[in-house]
Amino acid sequence: MSTILHPDQAAIAVVGEPAKSRSAKRVRGLSDRTIAWLFVTPTIALLLAINIFPLIWMIRLSFTNLNLSMSYLPLRFVGLDNFSDILSDEDVWIRLQSTAQFVIWSVALQVVIGYGLALLINRQFRGHSFWTTIILLPMMLSPAVVGNFWTLLFQPQIGPFNSLISLFTGMPPSSFSMTGEVALAPWTIVLVDTWMWTPYVMLICLAGLRSIPDYIYEAAEVDRASAWRQFWSITLPMTVPFLMLAVLFRAIENFKMFDMVNLLTSGGPGSTTELVSITLKRAAFEKWRTGYSSALAIILFVTVFGAANIYVKALNKVKQR
Amino acid sequence: MRRFEWLRGTTASAVLGAAVLGMFGGGEAAAQGKQLTLCWAAWDPANALVELGKDFTKQSGIEMKYEFVPWTSYADRFLNELNSHGKLCDLLIGDSQWIGGAAENKWYVKLNDFFDKEHISMDDFVPATVVGYSEWPKNSPNYWALPAMADAVGWTYRKDWFSRSDIQSAFKAKYGRDLAPPKTYDELKQIAEFFQGREIDGKKVYGAYIFTERGSEGISMGVTNVLYNYGFNYENPKKPYQMQGFVNSADAAKGLEAYKELYKCCTAPGLTNAYMQEGLDAFKSGQVAMQMNWFAFFPGLYKDPNVGGDKIGFFVNPAGPKGHFTQLGGQGISVVATSDHKEDALAYIKWFAQPAVQQKWWQLGGYSALKAVVNAPDFPKSAAFAPQFLESMGIVKDFWAEPSYAQLLLDMQKRVHDYVVADKGTAQQALDLLVKDWTKVFKEQGKEVASQ
Repeated sequence: MSTILHPDQAAIAVVGEPAKSRSAKRVRGLSDRTIAWLFVTPTIALLLAINIFPLIWMIRLSFTNLNLSMSYLPLRFVGLDNFSDILSDEDVWIRLQSTAQFVIWSVALQVVIGYGLALLINRQFRGHSFWTTIILLPMMLSPAVVGNFWTLLFQPQIGPFNSLISLFTGMPPSSFSMTGEVALAPWTIVLVDTWMWTPYVMLICLAGLRSIPDYIYEAAEVDRASAWRQFWSITLPMTVPFLMLAVLFRAIENFKMFDMVNLLTSGGPGSTTELVSITLKRAAFEKWRTGYSSALAIILFVTVFGAANIYVKALNKVKQR
Repeated sequence: MRRFEWLRGTTASAVLGAAVLGMFGGGEAAAQGKQLTLCWAAWDPANALVELGKDFTKQSGIEMKYEFVPWTSYADRFLNELNSHGKLCDLLIGDSQWIGGAAENKWYVKLNDFFDKEHISMDDFVPATVVGYSEWPKNSPNYWALPAMADAVGWTYRKDWFSRSDIQSAFKAKYGRDLAPPKTYDELKQIAEFFQGREIDGKKVYGAYIFTERGSEGISMGVTNVLYNYGFNYENPKKPYQMQGFVNSADAAKGLEAYKELYKCCTAPGLTNAYMQEGLDAFKSGQVAMQMNWFAFFPGLYKDPNVGGDKIGFFVNPAGPKGHFTQLGGQGISVVATSDHKEDALAYIKWFAQPAVQQKWWQLGGYSALKAVVNAPDFPKSAAFAPQFLESMGIVKDFWAEPSYAQLLLDMQKRVHDYVVADKGTAQQALDLLVKDWTKVFKEQGKEVASQ
């Protein structure tokens, strides 16, 4: 009959009697380290298979001329040609500018409105839970649903959005198209993204506001600090790390934005709202330029990764202050 | 145990029921257990094909399964399937432009030997459909598909509005001629301008519906109907791949300007990204006087209780100053090279090629390309749109069918949409940029592109 030792007992045994410890390990069959590896190995294998291997494969493909619609052509190593093609392509730079403008405007609006909503929701008032749930609803919807839903709302002839604008401005509802006009379409995608993701920023800000201890405000009141002074000297500085976190999350997400914009405008009119993710999708899965699109994906990955790293360092500095 | 009695009884009944169904309901197909998957786009003719396919199952015992994908993702979905050597489809009704890539990449089974063995002759099919759907290289006897669904761009109009005396007299007073389906693009624009913003039965209506979709192929499949007739050519007929002066000739630029003028003057607001379905919606809801769309939808429109029957008329794509052509649509049916059921798939094609089956295909709402069907004396009277269809099939032109067609198409989508919808640059600049884009694609494909 074998004896099964509790880990604590095994630890005592190690200190007291080394020989007995070794036999205890043998009795258990597997060491803690082995068991840990057994648990971790499937996850690592999965990670390698679905993340690391494709990444390495993509890096390899980015140096080739592979085009899946012409896979009968011999695969050639083209060095940095794909990268230089992309970086010297004026269209790609225009797409990157459009993406940057979309990210900056949508994140800025989400942060301002989200923070304002968090300040409101942080107070106790009648119907607090109801209004919180209502505000959170848009972020619970799928981007595909949001895209289709807003497409209908923006329909010039029957869409309620145009009718509403018409009510306030007197313009005929069908005299403008939110998704079809060069001047309006970029703002349309900013508007819809802000509508959908402001609640998310609000939640992060709310967590920040709730983390400020009450005694700080009590001390400020003893010092007769005005509400404005309390906001500038306590609330804002103590929630800045949370705001920065929200900016980081939203900026990364919006840099990758595809589904909602694709449904709303398909990148149009012309190429006005063609974000870089749509360019990437078209190159990879419509034009089948696998080598070129792999290089573009790497450039985007490095850009986002680099920017996020710089930002995280700044965030850590703010937290240490 | 008593509480499980009901479960035992239900299970017994289910097993017995399944056995009875197997004996009497499953038929030959279930007994053989054979099944074929046919892939196509999700649209009206696909429903007709499902109906037609029941006869094949009855005769062969092979069960038919269908994979229909909406047009907007049809190319993405099935080209991805072919690229990845998937086994989803045994038979594929692939777009005409895919034929070059499918042949070069060996995605489809070459059908020459099979046609010879089964005495299926391509001479029995409408020539434009054989070149468009089956041959690669073009105009060579190398067949990769059987013409399955003949199609082209045509126009519908509100016959009831056109025939109203008040509208007719107002039109005559303004333009000095009778209001009738247009024969040229100038006439079409006049009629569209006449109807634009007019009130009919208390409702504001618009002149024309044309394709403007940006994402897949829409605006290119629309604009080519005007470009061809104004003098646009894909290449120098004597020097393949020489596009300079053909794609971007002064005449072609005038054609592009004409499409933009039509879009600006006479379409309903908000149709900045619209293709087949939006056109059908606009016409069915009584918004537009004339609609550009594929013939494939016309049987459904003719049956529509609100705008069909006597209220709808059809006309061939109008001519331009330099010719009279229309955009070819339609598809051929091919056997997918990676299929595990190639023999059964070929049996389907053999069955589908029979004149009687082709006749029924046309009657159900599909468009046969078999001469025996479309050249039959009673064919023009068999449907309200049959004469226009027949005429259109004689004047079709198709987009590039090169292996790199997807790149060529997306480049055209971008340049045309930029000019027509987003007001970017001039028509000449848009076409010059298109030549530049296409030259780059062909060079990547290893083709020699002469600049002059």
